[in-house]
Amino acid sequence: MSRSRPMFPARRSLIQRIVSPDVLAPLGVGVLFLLAWDAFVQISGLPPYLLPRPGLVLQTLIDNWNELFASLMVTLQITVVAFLAAAISGVGISVLFTVNKWIERSLFPYAVILQTTPLVAIAPLIVIWLKENTFGALVLCAWIAAFFPVVANTTLGLNSVDRNLNNLFKLYNTNPWQRLIYLRLPSALPYFLGGLRISGGLSLIGAVVAEFVAGTGGAKSGIAYQILISSYNLQIPKMFAALLMVTSLGILIFIGLSALSDRLLRDWHESAIKPES
Amino acid sequence: MLQPAITLSHVTKVFSTGTIALQDVSLTVGDGEFLSLVGPSGCGKSTILSLIAGLSLPTQGDLCWQIPEYRQELAFVFQDAALLPWSTVKENIRLPLKLAGISRAESDQLVDEAIELVGLTGFEKAFPRQLSGGMRMRASIARAIVTQPKVLLMDEPFGALDEITRNKLNEDVMQLWHQKRWTVIFVTHNIYEAVYLSTRVAVMGVNPGRIVDELQIDEPYPRSEAFRQSAQFGQYRHRLATALATGMGSVSIL
Repeated sequence: MSRSRPMFPARRSLIQRIVSPDVLAPLGVGVLFLLAWDAFVQISGLPPYLLPRPGLVLQTLIDNWNELFASLMVTLQITVVAFLAAAISGVGISVLFTVNKWIERSLFPYAVILQTTPLVAIAPLIVIWLKENTFGALVLCAWIAAFFPVVANTTLGLNSVDRNLNNLFKLYNTNPWQRLIYLRLPSALPYFLGGLRISGGLSLIGAVVAEFVAGTGGAKSGIAYQILISSYNLQIPKMFAALLMVTSLGILIFIGLSALSDRLLRDWHESAIKPES
Repeated sequence: MLQPAITLSHVTKVFSTGTIALQDVSLTVGDGEFLSLVGPSGCGKSTILSLIAGLSLPTQGDLCWQIPEYRQELAFVFQDAALLPWSTVKENIRLPLKLAGISRAESDQLVDEAIELVGLTGFEKAFPRQLSGGMRMRASIARAIVTQPKVLLMDEPFGALDEITRNKLNEDVMQLWHQKRWTVIFVTHNIYEAVYLSTRVAVMGVNPGRIVDELQIDEPYPRSEAFRQSAQFGQYRHRLATALATGMGSVSIL
């Protein structure tokens, strides 16, 4: 049999991907925004403690790099631990939900309650309850913010198995364990990865919110503490620099998780397939 | 007369919605027979397959496996190929063996044989989305026959394919059956296909689903293109079309 088109299209090179409109368009918007910002501050004559110019923010970032980067790493630690906990517990809870409809019926509303309760309201309580273990308290807060998208999406995925495939597995006399491993979990993978992308950002937000509330000082203070202290001291350029770091970290997390998703799904799922021109 | 393999006696199936899918259906499937079930949509032909496969139970009547060991040597081909999208062709075909606990080393040869039988050699590493509809169906057939089944249930396997692909696959399925002599129960709404492939055709009618006529196709295998063009083929076709019209009640399909 002859093949009319290549079965495995070549991957685009790194340079081709960077020069693509997907990268250039948002980059252009960003540059325009910075120019407008700079021009606005210059024309209006706003003092730096109200709105610093982008160049000053960058200069402050470079000057305070060591201190800010150390703080960012503290926040990153909390984020990563909370994110991993959310991913693992999220899948575990979803699998539990699908084992028995009653478990889902009884517990799902409480997952929703945890999700809809404002984190800023309960974070102080958690920090007080776990005052012996601040790191644990912060991770718990970030986990509360992050776990729900994984649970909701993965549960949906586990219940979205193709009916014919389900029949096929019944026909093969498979046990529930085999159906879970070979059918339901792979079916749920795209949904799970979608949930992860949301959870990645949320665990960072959760960590920052928790740090704000905890207000821990000393050597192990996270980036939120830097933002807080800078704004108290009217070091607004430093506050912007810290903000810039948090935002960049958030973007990096999103890009990383999107790349992971594309890598895992690129052979088979529509979401990761590049259109052939 | 062939030795009976499966008998359905006075089987009625009522869905939970109240729809009567089958009413008082009696049918004997002979060992090694190629039996086609032909009928319009909603006549319960797929329901018969799912009853035989054990995917659902009759509301009334009995389904009896006259050759009990066949029950465990059953394979199903669905209308859509029902392949795992995340697995390659080879892994899809290996699936039933893997689920039965057969090691990769042992299954390798069986899988390769099945791939060769359906003509998918060279596409082992392709993913289902990279294949045409006809090739996906070939993979699905390979997955069904890799377990070397005694009974093969096919639910409108070629219904979604174009005529050229369908004819080619009909040809190949007939060759395979001629070689292996499985017991095949083949559901279709295509009269040409049914006459060309089958040793026997059962015509079904709607409202309620029932068998209205049975027709033996006495033509030796392997059948050729000449059979399709023959007057006899036309007579069989006419007889089936008439039976189908009866099964549809007052509605004419011609």
